[in-house]
Amino acid sequence: MQDNGMPGIGKTGAPLLDIQNLSTHYVSSQGTRVVRAVDDVSLRIHAGETLGIVGESGSGKSTLALTIMRVLPPAARIVSGRMLFEGEDLVQKSDAEMQHVRGKRIAMILQDPMASLNPLFTIGNQVGEPLRVHEGASRASAWDRARQLLKSVRIPSPETRVTQYPHEMSGGMRQRIVGAIGISCEPRLLIADEPTTSLDLTIQAQYLNLLRDLQRAHGLALIFITHNLGIVAKMCDQLAVMYAGRVVESGPVSRIFNAPSHPYTEALLNAIPRMSDSDQRLTAIDGQPPDLAAMPPGCAFAPRCVRAVAECLEAPPPEFFPEEGRTTRCWLSEPVGMSGATAPAERRVATGAA
Amino acid sequence: MTLQTETVSLPVRAPSRFAWRLAALRSRGFPLIPVLILASVGFVALFANVLAPHNPEVGSLAARFKPPFWQTGGSTKYLLGTDQLGRDVLSRLIFGARVSVVVGFTAVIIAGFVGTALGIISGYLGGWVDQVIMRITDTWLALPALTFAIFLAAITGPSMWNIVIILAITYWTRYARVIRGEVLSLKEREFVRLAIVAGCSKWTIMRRHILPNVLNSAVVLGTLMLGVVIITEATLSFLGVGVPPPQPAWGLMLSDGKQGLMVGYWWLTVFPGVCIMLMVLSANLIGDWLRVKFDPQLRQL
Repeated sequence: MQDNGMPGIGKTGAPLLDIQNLSTHYVSSQGTRVVRAVDDVSLRIHAGETLGIVGESGSGKSTLALTIMRVLPPAARIVSGRMLFEGEDLVQKSDAEMQHVRGKRIAMILQDPMASLNPLFTIGNQVGEPLRVHEGASRASAWDRARQLLKSVRIPSPETRVTQYPHEMSGGMRQRIVGAIGISCEPRLLIADEPTTSLDLTIQAQYLNLLRDLQRAHGLALIFITHNLGIVAKMCDQLAVMYAGRVVESGPVSRIFNAPSHPYTEALLNAIPRMSDSDQRLTAIDGQPPDLAAMPPGCAFAPRCVRAVAECLEAPPPEFFPEEGRTTRCWLSEPVGMSGATAPAERRVATGAA
Repeated sequence: MTLQTETVSLPVRAPSRFAWRLAALRSRGFPLIPVLILASVGFVALFANVLAPHNPEVGSLAARFKPPFWQTGGSTKYLLGTDQLGRDVLSRLIFGARVSVVVGFTAVIIAGFVGTALGIISGYLGGWVDQVIMRITDTWLALPALTFAIFLAAITGPSMWNIVIILAITYWTRYARVIRGEVLSLKEREFVRLAIVAGCSKWTIMRRHILPNVLNSAVVLGTLMLGVVIITEATLSFLGVGVPPPQPAWGLMLSDGKQGLMVGYWWLTVFPGVCIMLMVLSANLIGDWLRVKFDPQLRQL
């Protein structure tokens, strides 16, 4: 947190995680069908920062998270790109090397934390497990540490709770326990994949506060995957909007919320009810996301986009940089100087190399 | 009015208390009688030399087909009667416990160990490992178990330890199948995923997260297999490829006494039959109790 006074402004240090042109595809067994679940994604996250990744179901958010952890299902392949984590490329690491990264340097909270605990072991045993796996802690010291961790995630009377079993906990408590497991080895990066979807609203708020406090206390970077823009507004410094496997827009949350540069982001923001003007009708986005195995030749969002022009249907837009720290994949944000004689296809080649 | 209060209070109070008691009995109640039965079988097997009143392998032809002592013609010298060679049924039961205990438990444990290990590996690793192990298992299951056991016994020759190995080789596939199925569903559970993202190795996950969760199935299966194994041992003995004849085994006694059953020599089959039944039943009841004991959610009731 020391080098990160104002979120999203003037990051000078090297990013903690620098994802460059990452693509993960699901390939069918005959190799005939290729689903581009993550397609040419570039993202950066600095220490102490929170990056929100939003997108509808099937937009590749979870696949991106699994790619970072390198725990993809067998059908998935990382076809290109780099993931520089503290200077090391995670794509190049062997499975054995990744085991020392997972849980120790990058931890993850899963979509359904309610089911994330093994019903047969006590809480203390499970919270202490990463310590025993990664740091060779003894049973007794792992137990001690588990007690402290439970305290730090605000579980009342941790002394008795460590000896209890998952079914003796409420949903919110189990979730906090999963959080405790996540931070047990003091990772540098925590990936939370929709951690609050199974909780009711008051517990959600509590949990989000807890995550934020933990993040501050440990200075960890947090990747928060969600489809709830309200949570993004509350939690995140940076935002990446995913659509059909691509990051269509990224940048500081406040600036994206104030002036979205991609029509998809704009449409998402228009779909949020606002307390201030209750007369406004909510607008839905017409149509369906495209089939990831049969993508349209142009911009993936073009068929649903209200502002699409002829150019949008011809070639997929590259990443443009409308301002410092922001990216967008929309032809409408193309810098003025570049438009004109060059055809979109040629332009794509030119920028694709960067 | 009274009628109304009764109809309200009765169904609410009585069944819940009864159900609660039943649950408490089932979950907390230690299966005393089955444990006593198995313990005494073990005790008898261990101290057969001391406990048996007669030599189980030597009979007196003068005292053939003596009924148990409470029937006319029976004597207290042969408490449970004698068989076609005049051998004491009680002594043979006592020594037969040895064979049944050793063969039954050892074969079940070896088969369970091999089958569970292969089932976990096959289910968790998947891919070609799974293919190889499961095709072997399928082939194994396609063989008629008894014929296969007889075939093996014919090759290796009759001896108690050969029977143990043969039974283990014959029955490990049952475990492998069941356990693999369980593992397939377990490995999709969220806590296994959490273990993966927490950086546990495959072996750690199999040992710490998968094994404890399939152990209760393995134990329950084992208690059921105990019966099957004891019966198979009896069948092999009957066919002459099991425990070699002078040595007493419950299955052998059962088979030997089969002809006598039609003539009214019921004690030759009923006593070993009851022994087998009690042992298998006890094993099942203990397995049931263990299953509940292993599950923290049921244990709490």
